[in-house]
Amino acid sequence: MTRAPDAVEIAPGTHWIGALDPALREFDIILKTANGTTYNSYCVRGSDGVAIIDTVKAAHADEFFKRLEQVARYDEISVIVLNHLEPDHSGALPELMRRAPQAKLYISAKAQLMLKALVRVANLEYNVVQTGDHVSLGDRTLRFFSTPFLHWPDTQCTLIEEQGILFSGDVFGCHFCDARLFNDKVGDFRFSFEYYYQHIMRPFREYVLEALSLLEPLEPKLIAPAHGPILRDAPQSYMQRYRQLAAPLLHNEAGANTKSLLVFYISSYGNTALMAQAVAEGAETEEGVRVSLYDLQSSGDLPFVDLIEEADGIAFGSPTINGDAVKPVWDLLSSLALIKVSDKLGAAFGSYGWSGEAINMIEDRLRGLKLRVPVKGVRARLIPTEEELGKCRDLGKQLAQHLTGNIERRVISMTDLLTQEQAHA
Amino acid sequence: MPKANVTFEKTGLTVNVPAGTRLIEISEKVGASITYGCREGECGSCITKIVSGMEHMSERSVLEDKVLQENMAGRDNRLACQAQVLGGDIVVKA
Repeated sequence: MTRAPDAVEIAPGTHWIGALDPALREFDIILKTANGTTYNSYCVRGSDGVAIIDTVKAAHADEFFKRLEQVARYDEISVIVLNHLEPDHSGALPELMRRAPQAKLYISAKAQLMLKALVRVANLEYNVVQTGDHVSLGDRTLRFFSTPFLHWPDTQCTLIEEQGILFSGDVFGCHFCDARLFNDKVGDFRFSFEYYYQHIMRPFREYVLEALSLLEPLEPKLIAPAHGPILRDAPQSYMQRYRQLAAPLLHNEAGANTKSLLVFYISSYGNTALMAQAVAEGAETEEGVRVSLYDLQSSGDLPFVDLIEEADGIAFGSPTINGDAVKPVWDLLSSLALIKVSDKLGAAFGSYGWSGEAINMIEDRLRGLKLRVPVKGVRARLIPTEEELGKCRDLGKQLAQHLTGNIERRVISMTDLLTQEQAHA
Repeated sequence: MPKANVTFEKTGLTVNVPAGTRLIEISEKVGASITYGCREGECGSCITKIVSGMEHMSERSVLEDKVLQENMAGRDNRLACQAQVLGGDIVVKA
């Protein structure tokens, strides 16, 4: 299934000239692949010019150039389009530009800075394009569509208008290597398609929906992504699937007017558990907030990431052990890169024996994820006192009030903030 | 000492601060969602939208201007680690 083919015509005048990487088992340290991947590049011949759409990873450049030479001479190439600048698509660009110096390079506006940083070519010339711009190859027109953050800021799609062929970059792609190339010929790649979406596109689902609104009306007859099978059979079904995938996995059942607050905790002696209970109790006193309480101790496989995706606020309770929050808390916090969490509300609390660093560490991580942390966390030495549990209830209530917007517009002086901080230290 | 009122739009909190305070210092104290990386005006992580009161902010330095341009930031954006409040009322989107 992986015997390397020659250049493959995917539509009249357009060839696949990419590279197969069947031995790959891990892509860019973040994705697994069961049978490798492909780096898809395409050559479009018009009556007045030849365009190359994307290149391949540098290590596979020889394979790419061999196929390119089967369908075009370098001096015929008038246009090079990079839909996405990640090294697996731009790796062969410097050599291609050396071989075809007359070709004009077309990239998105946001690709400019990345281009300079990724392609170390002096005095590199390029043209910036955005949605609606086009370049003519005579009887073929390449039209550009800005589809940022799928999955880098620079990403764009390119359409051959006359044939309805959409070169989509990473969107609608997947890591699946099969030399038969076309979706109606290759093996079952559905799991790879879904896995790719979940790990690459999911954090950007709002951008996915924007891009779909731009691309669906084009009704492409063929989608040629930068990885994996070429989608010529029912291409629009893959767009529909993206629309389904871009919906939250777990819908917020709290209702449109109710905010959802998730309180996660882990506790070695039961002290942080008591605090978590108090935070939840405090939050529950606020109308319009649905509070859920979860113990992280035996929850490795539970779908907390899916829950968090739709929550409005999250609070983490962790004991401090050896100067740190504990691993299950970090495990969950490190998993949140898969979803969009910015602008949710966050909070931290926990019991400690002698130092209590975990709370600040968790708060910093939450801020690092661009959550708002509007209420200072609560620490308690070992068994929380009734006063400290009261502070936990206040934390929960204030957090809930921030969620509902039921907060007084307060004015505070910087001096008071500094005093509070010193008292807390 | 001249003072400024900095309001964080999302939290509804207004902080009365001495003139010359950098936005990031205030943001950190109130837990607003301004993230930062280098704190030296180079990485662009702390780009923040000024909703109103830009006239009460310090002028952009050459470095800040360069980083904002490189990140294609709009005219109402500033680097929170560089921008100082000079007085009056300022509202930031955070």
